[in-house]
Amino acid sequence: MKEEIKNSNWKLRKGRIIDAKQMTSAEKWFDIKLEDGGLDHEPGQFVQVELFGIGEAPISICSSPTKRGSFELTVRAAGRLTRAMHALGKGDWLGIRGPFGKPFPVKLMTGNDLLFVAGGLGIAPLRSLINYVMDNRREFGKVDILLGCKTPEDMLFGDEIKKWQKRLDVNFSCTVDRSAPEWKGNVGLITSLIPGVTMNPERTFSVVVGPPIMYKFVIAELLKKNIPERQIILSLERHMKCGMGKCGHCQIDHPKNYYCCKDGPTFTYEEVKAARKL
Amino acid sequence: MNYHILNKDGLDGFIKKLSKKMKVYAPVSKGHGNFAFEEVSSGAQVALKYIPTILPPKKYLMPQREKMLEFDVTGERPVDTAMLEAEEIALFGVHTCDLAGIQCLNMVFSERPRDYNYLLRKEKLFIIGLECNTYCDEHASCALVGNQLPNGGYDLFFTDLGECFIIHVNTQKGEDLLEDMGLPKAFPADMAELTRVREDKKAIFKNEIGVEPKKLPEIFEKAMNSKVWEELGKRCLSCGNCTNVCPTCYCFDMADTVNLDLKTGARSRTWDSCQFSTFAAVAGGEDFRPDRSERQRHRFSRKFKFPLDKFYRFFCTGCGRCTRTCMAKINLKDTLKALAAEQR
Repeated sequence: MKEEIKNSNWKLRKGRIIDAKQMTSAEKWFDIKLEDGGLDHEPGQFVQVELFGIGEAPISICSSPTKRGSFELTVRAAGRLTRAMHALGKGDWLGIRGPFGKPFPVKLMTGNDLLFVAGGLGIAPLRSLINYVMDNRREFGKVDILLGCKTPEDMLFGDEIKKWQKRLDVNFSCTVDRSAPEWKGNVGLITSLIPGVTMNPERTFSVVVGPPIMYKFVIAELLKKNIPERQIILSLERHMKCGMGKCGHCQIDHPKNYYCCKDGPTFTYEEVKAARKL
Repeated sequence: MNYHILNKDGLDGFIKKLSKKMKVYAPVSKGHGNFAFEEVSSGAQVALKYIPTILPPKKYLMPQREKMLEFDVTGERPVDTAMLEAEEIALFGVHTCDLAGIQCLNMVFSERPRDYNYLLRKEKLFIIGLECNTYCDEHASCALVGNQLPNGGYDLFFTDLGECFIIHVNTQKGEDLLEDMGLPKAFPADMAELTRVREDKKAIFKNEIGVEPKKLPEIFEKAMNSKVWEELGKRCLSCGNCTNVCPTCYCFDMADTVNLDLKTGARSRTWDSCQFSTFAAVAGGEDFRPDRSERQRHRFSRKFKFPLDKFYRFFCTGCGRCTRTCMAKINLKDTLKALAAEQR
């Protein structure tokens, strides 16, 4: 006997790519419009992207909810689905589930200073929050953005970053691991930028997104600055097959039994400091 | 309390009548001391004395491979349908450990966001439990987790009283079925006999590892860096047998398959295992649980520690399947004893 399940959580919303652009050799950007309305997400959430016949993968939403009508994804060709996504362009259809996950605690951040620390592709999830803050700039105090990339060519959202650099209400610094002679900026690890930031730690929320290796060192620097553990916010990466706290893949090795997809991907350092790996 | 009586020689007729109403699955001997839930149409096929079946009843609630979605990309815009392929079935002879296993899965899949494939399957399942009057074998540890006695989770529950079965009726569905079969109500003497069987069980079923169950979460809390995990890691083959046969393991993977027309296909859910090397790996190459010892610790924690915070119960039912099936002879009772001994 076969019956349709109308309210199944596995049912896909259909999204159409309305714009796409190769950003670097490894990363491609997509602007996606859902046929049945807006995504209604909050900064820091993710969607499950389905390519019919290939499979599904969790991808962070990189646009702010203040941008209405469509949402954006930045995808690094790393696995089967993401490689297949790179072959897609304007007009192609996708299946979308979500948004999933606990967003960044935007309301708690209101009225405080913000220190964003992004490493590599970490700028993608963080951009959903940075652009939200830019569009509601009046609600927040001082804003510092620190960005680290491998080389200048790996920098994502270059045009947008130039605009952030020009803004008087934002302090922007960038560093690269390796550079070409024409690079005028900093060379070195992202941790080297933190001591230079002036801040009132009690009133600062620091949001850190980057590869696992980065967290340990960046957090140590932030703690040296006396930022309270619960005001250090991270976004963690795990493979999520369902997004509903069931499939088990994204469970973090932590005494509190966190599922990255439901309890995260955003966590305070206070919440996850007992984890074996961030 | 609502109890009925079925004489032993009436079991064959009971199964036959039941199998005319819906498909009936019951434990069947597979030889070499193995049993499996399979379709039956007569009482003679049913193994009333059996050690836990190779696979637990979860296979009826969450099949090893289950189609969740069908899609069609023939047209300009893709179309998908979420569907359920399931029929009304009766599961006969479910031991108390497996009833507890089903209850664990019920909690997981009814938590929001809900999994309607599971929940609709559950509604189509008529469950008939069967009491164990003695241990099935030395690997069971049901008394440790309090599953040697029934704790609900069934429509009907059979207890062997020697000459007859006394049947506890737990649901209206169960009542309707028994009325239809014309089974007589139990007499006070039968009830007294049931009480005696349960009293006898108190002497037979005892905490199998000698550690207070309430202490287990604390033992696991302190055992994060235990040598026991290293030892298990050296032996474990990462085959995933233990999780496949576990009545409460529900981790899964999702995969698409495409038909030969390359236009239609399906998304299916398959059982997965936290013991597999790729389970916690991400596309960028990072693996969050690369060592077998870490994966074993994770599996045990998901039975004796994590679910206590969330569901207030162990997710080990004491069935002993993981021990029976392990090719490396990793023994659940020995592992728990070793962890406890370390902290003494």
